[in-house]
Amino acid sequence: MTTAQDFTLAELIVVAAAEAWRGDGELLGTGIGPLPRLAVSLAKMTFEPGLQLTDGEAFLTEEPVPIGPRGDYKPKYTGRMHYTRVFDSVWSGRRHAMVTPVQVDRWGQANISALGPDFKKPKVQMLGVRGFPGNSVSHKNSMFLPNHSKRTFIEGEVDVVASVGFKKDTWPANAPEDFVKLGLIVTNLCVFDFNGPDHAARVLSLHPGVSFDEVQDNTGFPMLKADGMTETAAPTQEQIELINRVDPHNVRAKVLRDNPPGIRPAA
Amino acid sequence: MNKEMSLKSVVAELRDGMTIGVGGWGPRRKPMALIREILRSDLKDLTIVAYGGPEVGMLSAAGKLAKATYGFVSLDFIPIEPYFRKARQEGTLDVCELDEGLLYLGLRAAGHCVPFVATRVGVGSAVMSNNPDFKTVTSPYADGEELLAMPAIKLDAALIHVSRADRAGNTLTFGPDPYFDEFFARAADKVYVTTEELVDTIASEDPEDLKANLFEPYLVTGVVETPLGAHPTTMHASYGWDEAHLKAYAASANEENGWQPFFDKHIAGDEQSYLESVGGGEHIRTLPIPTF
Repeated sequence: MTTAQDFTLAELIVVAAAEAWRGDGELLGTGIGPLPRLAVSLAKMTFEPGLQLTDGEAFLTEEPVPIGPRGDYKPKYTGRMHYTRVFDSVWSGRRHAMVTPVQVDRWGQANISALGPDFKKPKVQMLGVRGFPGNSVSHKNSMFLPNHSKRTFIEGEVDVVASVGFKKDTWPANAPEDFVKLGLIVTNLCVFDFNGPDHAARVLSLHPGVSFDEVQDNTGFPMLKADGMTETAAPTQEQIELINRVDPHNVRAKVLRDNPPGIRPAA
Repeated sequence: MNKEMSLKSVVAELRDGMTIGVGGWGPRRKPMALIREILRSDLKDLTIVAYGGPEVGMLSAAGKLAKATYGFVSLDFIPIEPYFRKARQEGTLDVCELDEGLLYLGLRAAGHCVPFVATRVGVGSAVMSNNPDFKTVTSPYADGEELLAMPAIKLDAALIHVSRADRAGNTLTFGPDPYFDEFFARAADKVYVTTEELVDTIASEDPEDLKANLFEPYLVTGVVETPLGAHPTTMHASYGWDEAHLKAYAASANEENGWQPFFDKHIAGDEQSYLESVGGGEHIRTLPIPTF
């Protein structure tokens, strides 16, 4: 395993985000958006072969379907995953999704629905809650946020609680202990989780050239340093080649503004 | 049995204030010909229930809606339906915003004639605070867990587009995903089906063919032949969504009073003039089905 000589931040993020599914075994792995989808594909191709992936629509495939225009590539379907079956999977708990909310708060609650204080007349209508309420109390969820800032990781509570978090006074009576299961939060600056004391946010790794203070300065709530906090691992040459296989058109280069390099140049 | 109807005769059976469910999913398999006929009518104060696509935006733009109950309202490649967004941000549309799965459960409860379904989905989230009429129940078993009592979503009518149908109301729906069409059908007092192709009988000696049959004919009130009737949404096995047309539609939402000229240009006439205004049937049949 040789570390790649040259890699982008997007590629670093894909490799870091793939780790979210480590240890999951056999379940439906869903990555919404290009980088999460490449990440779950990489996880399946390297260390979690039991992950079940879809073609992005209604079928399962054993071989991850490349993103972008298909050209001559034809997916080889191995099972059905139409939406009623997706809900059966969601509600059984046998799924782990990585999603991109617009707002996340200190409790790990997330919003994709709307912005502003008045839900009847939102300042900005976004996607609605979609499947987030059910996902958040049924199976494990991870997140990818491309712009780590106080606008995304906000100081107060999210405007619309689409995903339930660890604000336990809002949980229903006699909810199970593991009512909410949050995995990795991967951003353009770091990887963190909500596994500190009382589910506080704690940084697991900083991307090359990023300081803890920079992460804290761009987060609206307190961050802790995890024991053994480290630098996010650089992709290996083998990982870059696998990413190329599932992203032949380099869609990943368009996700982060200016497609920055994986190792930030000294200022 | 002959359940064949026209678009006009279906709309004549609908009433102001009705709760109407629409099959399909976002910009996929929407009964748009029937939606256009509603847009041409004087129906009003409708409550629409849908995994919403352009039908929600168009009915909202035309002032037909009292309320929208939805799992989402999206054109997919345009993530937020433009006229839906406009109505929301202007605060003019009363909504019941649901988790996608809750809409499914509410329709199922209606189809099974029970008042609610107990579920973990929604509790702890904004679904509860944004729908203050939703109540919880406590599990009567040892766990004592508090669950949402998701109320049945009863429909006065469901509008569903299918691939092939006969006059008895037997239907086939092709494509990778049945979406929730059958649950809309079961939740409704009346089901009006529009079909790409009307045939004498869908009968087949190959049972495999009938896997595409989503619901029983006794649910179906009327069948209307509407070739290309899902345009501008995707009809699997036939044509993809019309990206250029949907972009023009979305652009009209950014103009002052943009709906009326869009309506006049495309919808105001009849289905024949509609199809001509969007490039004709031959063009529509070449529209590619998007992949992801």
